[in-house]
Amino acid sequence: MICVTLPAHLRDLAKVTGRIELQVGEPITQRAILDTLEGAYPMLRGTIRDTVTKERRPFIRFFACGEDISHEPADISVPADVAAGTQPFRIIGALAGG
Amino acid sequence: MSEVRILVGTRKGAFVLRSNEQRKDWVVEGPLFPGWEIYHITGTPSDPNRLYASQSGGWFGQVIQRSDDAGKTWETVSNEFTYDGVPGTHQWYDGSQHPWEFKRVWHLEASPTNPDSVYAGVEDAALFHSNDGGKSWRELSGLRSVKGNLWQPGAGGMCLHTIVLSPDDPNRIFVAISAAGAFRTGDGGATWRPINQGLKSDGELPDAAAEVGHCVHSITLHPSRPDTLFMQKHWDVMRSDNAGELWHEVSGNLPSDFGFPIAVHAHEPETIYVVPIKSDSHHFPPDGKLRVYRSRTGGNDWEALTNGLPQSDCYVNVLRNAFAVDSLDSCGLYFGTTGGQVYVSSDSGDNWISIVRDLPPVLSVEVQILP
Repeated sequence: MICVTLPAHLRDLAKVTGRIELQVGEPITQRAILDTLEGAYPMLRGTIRDTVTKERRPFIRFFACGEDISHEPADISVPADVAAGTQPFRIIGALAGG
Repeated sequence: MSEVRILVGTRKGAFVLRSNEQRKDWVVEGPLFPGWEIYHITGTPSDPNRLYASQSGGWFGQVIQRSDDAGKTWETVSNEFTYDGVPGTHQWYDGSQHPWEFKRVWHLEASPTNPDSVYAGVEDAALFHSNDGGKSWRELSGLRSVKGNLWQPGAGGMCLHTIVLSPDDPNRIFVAISAAGAFRTGDGGATWRPINQGLKSDGELPDAAAEVGHCVHSITLHPSRPDTLFMQKHWDVMRSDNAGELWHEVSGNLPSDFGFPIAVHAHEPETIYVVPIKSDSHHFPPDGKLRVYRSRTGGNDWEALTNGLPQSDCYVNVLRNAFAVDSLDSCGLYFGTTGGQVYVSSDSGDNWISIVRDLPPVLSVEVQILP
């Protein structure tokens, strides 16, 4: 199972309180995780990625194993510890000044 | 005794204010959707329990919420606002053409007869319609073909912020777009025409009487007179008696004719209200005095309404969607400010009280009268 964490606003929107566990098919990529997440929680569509282009929204970041993997291609495999479910795929609201 | 319910959208969530028809004692509920910008939260005339809310934010984009139980519970509906066909381009600040890009929903307007039929005015300016309670949206793209390539965003964004459904003809709709103007359809949204003749934007447009490009801030009408429109333009308060074919200025003795909202009394179609703001560069009331101005003559002759409103050191603004009128016998008026106050008058504006004083900046105010 893949473990996903959401920022507070998206947890409220998805009506979840903690981590989300997802059964994601191989290969386990950013795109596969996000497709599965949006399928299970359709209220999140458009809040992480553009509904049409599927591009990451500008102030969203993806962290895994202590690394920012936001700029990694969406179709390459995520780190092995995320794929194994021992580390979370973290969806972050980026720092945005102020 | 009737219940009065005010729906307030703010920069940091939505609030529901409840009272009875005396409108003296209020209960404040909320915030709903805390931390999110609620550009508009509104009811539906044919089903008071059906509410819609436009929820957005810089991080997570646009969400549309719907409630079928008067706000006790909410469900997300579709946030897919996809421009029809090839989106095309509009004018950009440097004179180049820029692709149309969806940013947010400014205004939701439900049909008077069908709660599942709802229109959405969006930025970049376009009008969308849903026939299924928000589960899907379709652009009425004929609007953008009305010289949309010449529209250019103003400082507040190129937003379609006003939707007026004609009370006597379901196929006639008026819309207003910042820095583009007012437009009308007579065929349910398939085709549109600009209705800006008579508007003058000296110093703002190269051609002060251009067909499009005027910065219309708000338009309204009284249900008994569907051809009489009132407009608060960037500068100038305007009136048309032929459904927008021709406008004439009715600013009269206002201390400033800059402002955002304009409203009509529920029972007196010639009684109208504006909130003058000093200028487009200041965005606060003249002389630090928050005054609603009322004309009982459809414009030109205006009186200041000040009882209960701050008359010194007040530097808030009242935004275009933040003024509402109820239908009770003694007509009630409501408005919210960028300082977080919501004011009510239960006597057509003669006297005001503040319902709440410290909300986040208020973006929209709507009122429902419940049996």
